[in-house]
Amino acid sequence: MSGTSSDTFLIDGADGSYEMVVGLEVHVELATATKLFSGSPNRFGDEPNTHIDPVTLGLPGALPVLNRHAVELAMRIGLALNCTVQPCTFHRKNYFYPDMPKAYQISQYDVPLNVDGWLDLPDGTRIGIERAHLEEDTGKSTHVGGSGGRIHGSASSLIDFNRAGVPLVEIVGRPDIRTPEQARQYVNELRAILVAIGASDAKMEEGSMRVDANVSVRRPGDELGTRCEIKNLNSVRSLGRAVEYEARRQVALVEAGERIRQETRHWDEGDGRTHTLRSKEDADDYRYFLEPDLVPLDPGDEWIETVRAGLPPLPAARRTALAETTGAPADGEAVMVVVDRDQDAYVLAVGEAGGDVARALVHVKEAYAEQGAEPTVPAADLAALTTMEVAGELTATQAKQVLAEIVANGGGDPAAIARDKGFEAMDTGALEVMVDEAIAAQPAAWEKFCNGEDKAVGALVGAVMKASQGQADGKAVTALLRARRG
Amino acid sequence: MSDDERIARETVAKVSRLARLALTDDEIDETTAQLAKMLDHFADIDALELADVEPMTQPYPLRNVFRDDVERAVLDRSEVLAQAPKAVDGRFEVPPILGLEES
Repeated sequence: MSGTSSDTFLIDGADGSYEMVVGLEVHVELATATKLFSGSPNRFGDEPNTHIDPVTLGLPGALPVLNRHAVELAMRIGLALNCTVQPCTFHRKNYFYPDMPKAYQISQYDVPLNVDGWLDLPDGTRIGIERAHLEEDTGKSTHVGGSGGRIHGSASSLIDFNRAGVPLVEIVGRPDIRTPEQARQYVNELRAILVAIGASDAKMEEGSMRVDANVSVRRPGDELGTRCEIKNLNSVRSLGRAVEYEARRQVALVEAGERIRQETRHWDEGDGRTHTLRSKEDADDYRYFLEPDLVPLDPGDEWIETVRAGLPPLPAARRTALAETTGAPADGEAVMVVVDRDQDAYVLAVGEAGGDVARALVHVKEAYAEQGAEPTVPAADLAALTTMEVAGELTATQAKQVLAEIVANGGGDPAAIARDKGFEAMDTGALEVMVDEAIAAQPAAWEKFCNGEDKAVGALVGAVMKASQGQADGKAVTALLRARRG
Repeated sequence: MSDDERIARETVAKVSRLARLALTDDEIDETTAQLAKMLDHFADIDALELADVEPMTQPYPLRNVFRDDVERAVLDRSEVLAQAPKAVDGRFEVPPILGLEES
């Protein structure tokens, strides 16, 4: 069938395989206080139609005025994605839809704010960014009287204009993605960047980050095939499933000698398929023209450099720094999770407090992965704990128990807690005796181990752990047994 | 240059459909002829040497007109909805949307 690693994903045909080609378009709502062209609040979750004004409703004579902070956030996005930020203009994109009362959306067309950048995935793949332009969001339609809020068969639609005019940046990626895993990584990395630079809260589940996927298939090295655009991708997981389903659907069509029609398709999470939404034939008839109510935007070098200088370290750089300090791989789970949760500075602080950063990294990662909690422990306490571990004064199991207690109390002296729990380090002499006893009690296991059956060590280590009532360090016991075997 | 060469009748029919203008056949003929005359007028510009002239996107010598990101008063919802043909639960009610996607 096909590979599942991030660097190859081929779909077999009867006569050779196909690769998928994916380009993602991501809309993000900017974290401004107000809308792009008016002073109504930009806030999610309020009562419908409470963030409305003459500009939002497209009332006659209302004029848009550009929100400076929205421009600055859009510039941050462009610069974080290695784009060129340039003088630009706004256009009207004309179409009739009730969630767009002016009958046009103000967007950018041939000269957008940000062009020609890239985003590097954690696996090292570079994905081109064609453009990242500013535009306004539409209102929200709810279809009633039909089944399940979908359009088909609804009796009427209800419109809430709170979202209309909210500033968006549309980030258009180049078709450089070749696997479902890369598509997922792209969205995760983009989200991490957007959050880090304060441009957006980038929540797919609240719609502040929306992803459309352009998918085509081809023989490796061939020209690009006909693409379909997939909508309704509400999670990173849906995205991965949808692009894989769509690529396989297209390969099946090609293999059957059929033509792929360029169209917009809708992902259905329930049945795990994409369905035709509309053909693409008339979709580009937006009759763009320059927005006469807005003047050109020219950020200028000074503003651009000020924004660039104000960017915080990006997630990739933070992962590299954490990886270098801890010795863990930069694209490993621990580093990814800890930077994603903004706890890398804490781990590094444990190091500055004299602790062991590698162990601190694992503890903080486990706090998320296994307990779902944020460590609110003073860095000095975790530093002291890791120092005890490194010195062999606590086993890994004991350290976890001590840490759990420190976390529960919001801090504490690990040495005192270890004493209270009766965790005393086994001295090597006592351990040697227990190892002798374990070998004597299980000569068969020892013989197997000596004959190269490494698995047999488990029974011996288990016996020592039991004899020590869990206080022995499993790794130390294994090392002792290996040394004995010679 | 004849009207047909300046702008095709089909183009006028298509654009009027996109703009939701219900033109009769006679009106399409009339509009095509009028638009062709206007385009003739604009075609005079073709005679000029403009390669070195920067396109003008605005007649005003302005750029970078901004407002600060500060909240301003909103309209009263009940007052606004009272002017809508139909409203339900604080929202505008419109006829069902057919053949287009949900946004």
